[in-house]
Amino acid sequence: MENTATIKPKNSILTISRNLWENSGMLLIFILLFILLSIFVPYFFTLRNMIGLGLSVSMVGMVACTMLFCLASGDFDLSVENIVAFSGVTAAVVMNATGSIFLGIIAGILGGGLIGLINGVIIAKAGINALITTLAMAQIVRGLAFIVSGGSAVGVSDSRFFILGNEQFLGIPNPIWITIVCFIIFGVLLNNTSYGKNTLAIGGNMEATRLAGVAVDKIKILIFTLQGMMAGFAGVVLASRMTSGQPNTSIGFSLDVISACVLGGVSLSGGVAPIQGAIVGVLIMGTVQNAMNLMNIPTFYQYVVRGLILLIAVLIDRFKQTNRKN
Amino acid sequence: MTAYLQFQSVSKNFPGVRALDGVSFKVKSGEVRGLIGENGAGKSTLLKILSGAYYPTEGKIIINGTPQDFQGTRDALNAGVAIIYQELNLVPEMTVAENLLLGHFPLKRSGFIDFKKMESIASEELSYILEEIDPNKKIKELSIGQRQMIEIAKALLHNADIIAFDEPTSSLSDKETIRLFNIIKNLKDKGKSIIYVSHRMEEIFKICDSVTVFRDGRMIETFMEMDKVNHDLLVSRMVGRDIKDIYSYRSRPLGNTVLKAEKIIGPGLKKAASFELKKGEILGFFGLVGAGRSELMRLIYGAEKHSDGEISLEGKQLRIQSPRNAIDNGIFFCPEDRKDDGIIPIRSVDENINISVRRHSMKAGFFLNKKEERKTTDSFIKTLQIKTPSRENRVGSLSGGNQQKVILARWLAEDVNVLIMDEPTRGIDVGTKNEIYQLMYDLTEEGKSIICVSSDLPEVMGVSDRMIIMREGEIVDSMEKQDYSEEIILSKALPDIAGEKIPVLKKKEN
Repeated sequence: MENTATIKPKNSILTISRNLWENSGMLLIFILLFILLSIFVPYFFTLRNMIGLGLSVSMVGMVACTMLFCLASGDFDLSVENIVAFSGVTAAVVMNATGSIFLGIIAGILGGGLIGLINGVIIAKAGINALITTLAMAQIVRGLAFIVSGGSAVGVSDSRFFILGNEQFLGIPNPIWITIVCFIIFGVLLNNTSYGKNTLAIGGNMEATRLAGVAVDKIKILIFTLQGMMAGFAGVVLASRMTSGQPNTSIGFSLDVISACVLGGVSLSGGVAPIQGAIVGVLIMGTVQNAMNLMNIPTFYQYVVRGLILLIAVLIDRFKQTNRKN
Repeated sequence: MTAYLQFQSVSKNFPGVRALDGVSFKVKSGEVRGLIGENGAGKSTLLKILSGAYYPTEGKIIINGTPQDFQGTRDALNAGVAIIYQELNLVPEMTVAENLLLGHFPLKRSGFIDFKKMESIASEELSYILEEIDPNKKIKELSIGQRQMIEIAKALLHNADIIAFDEPTSSLSDKETIRLFNIIKNLKDKGKSIIYVSHRMEEIFKICDSVTVFRDGRMIETFMEMDKVNHDLLVSRMVGRDIKDIYSYRSRPLGNTVLKAEKIIGPGLKKAASFELKKGEILGFFGLVGAGRSELMRLIYGAEKHSDGEISLEGKQLRIQSPRNAIDNGIFFCPEDRKDDGIIPIRSVDENINISVRRHSMKAGFFLNKKEERKTTDSFIKTLQIKTPSRENRVGSLSGGNQQKVILARWLAEDVNVLIMDEPTRGIDVGTKNEIYQLMYDLTEEGKSIICVSSDLPEVMGVSDRMIIMREGEIVDSMEKQDYSEEIILSKALPDIAGEKIPVLKKKEN
């Protein structure tokens, strides 16, 4: 025991603040940003705007939960935006055909899950790079979305379906509740199950993890399958909000999700993936977007700002890593 | 063009290890100097210092009387040093000419590459080494021997005066070896200083003018005249030291056969391998690099699938298709390459230790029992004396010895029948080495069995009760403790003695 006891660093204020910066630097930045925006941007800190902000990040938040696992294992998935479109359309078509909202939702989720399963099998079993696999799958799935929908939006007439995306519970819209529940479930999965720990281990060193007896292939397939199901569910929620399944929706969404995770300190090379980081990343992205809209900054400039924020976040992360090494 | 190379009390320290200790010798112009020694004797460290890849802790390299200060490989290249490694540094998709001139493409005035000039320079250079190679052929279309020639041509093109060969014949055929020797003679006649590193004694006698023996990072002896030495003398200089102390071997009664491997066939093995391991035994596996030791162990553990053969544990036949199957039967493996195959460097000590054993302590079969996991970690930090600031510390920041202890803890937390340790103490300081040996005796006294694979002969001799010797993908002999003799073991493990032909690549095709 003496080894562990003696080398423990002293809990001076300096080390505490350094640890805080190391572990929750982005959270501090978010809090600071939030306070500044509340003071200087009119209408920012109002209930109405807060709910709007929550709604605007709910989709990214849901899919970030599973993208986090993807990134943690050292891979990523570029096909989620197309699964969102495909599943929304599929859900709408099945609802219209069967008259059952339940069947429609299940079809959307399982459709997305099937695509994720195919992604996972190709990546894990055939050893094909995740970039290429999910890029190819993205094209296929977007095509499928158009084929299933016949090229245009598929409206849903049964208003019970809209509860999912448009109703409120305790004054907070359902999509926000759904996102919160997702974060809780996946946070527990990540930190309190061997599925989560093995995912992080795979990202840290895949061969060592395999030799430690972990069924690496199965876990990778599971990661992509859950990713597909979650994107499918997000697509269904989006369809509910828009009262229709739209085949051309959510372009650029995959990169938004990945950006948000990376912004929160999730490592692109795998092995490091704090769930609170993903939450903070999603919030920063959404808050900046929201504030820029309130300040009437033209869309063209908004792209530039969002790109800059991501770059700066990655630079800060790199700086922290080199610091850690020395 | 005359050049000579001098090492002046060159030393190199790594954390906890002195890899080279005050090495001084001189290679004249037109001399071919052989370097021999066991694995870890310091030859490759010396070559890396010569190439500028390592910076010496103490001492100097002197070329033509001028002390050199190599800050990187480029400095060494500019000073006329070229190292031809076992693994070649060529771009397979590019042509011979492009590879030769990579980084120095001749340009036209317009700024575009002058392909005609490039081709003519290349074919001129190739003509010196008597090769009929089309400079427009891609590297990937050439044989390994031809690629080596290209590497040599590259060295000459940079006007290298000092050329070092690191195990150059390990993948060459007989014919290619002869051609290489002719080229080396040619270079020698041109007044180049040449260093020739090889395990193959026969080659040393064939091509070298003098030979220097290394052991444990020190230069033991240099023989300036090859007719005054013989094979046995060199081998005795390569080994030869009292090894009893570090290992403090403890004997113990052995039980019945626990693990039985019969006619195992798979990648890396040339012939079917069979062996038995008794209860409470430490079975040593010795062989040089490429002998198939690690490959055989990976097949037993299921890291690689064996294509034929049977593995049984206490008479029960096992079906081992993956590490999972081995682990479920109490067979565990500490890999040779800790960094790449053992630890997960960016995760904590806690997670690295519990990665496998946690399956026994899960709550509701799904949730981690973190309290139990922390208890496991803390108890191993204590009993194995793992030096870490805390259990949450990243494993990657610990020393090699402590990383090895973490991997040991990972398996000792399980119910061990057989523990396979591949190079258990590579890169670990002497004190920790001793701790690990003691642990091995403790485990076997508890009735567990250990396979200790190593290329460090004194280590295998010191800790094992019995030894199996491998050479070039097959088991060649087995020996009891009382029969151990470094000379005999080494001569069995060395690929080319007693009139045997130099092994050729083609053999693999049979």
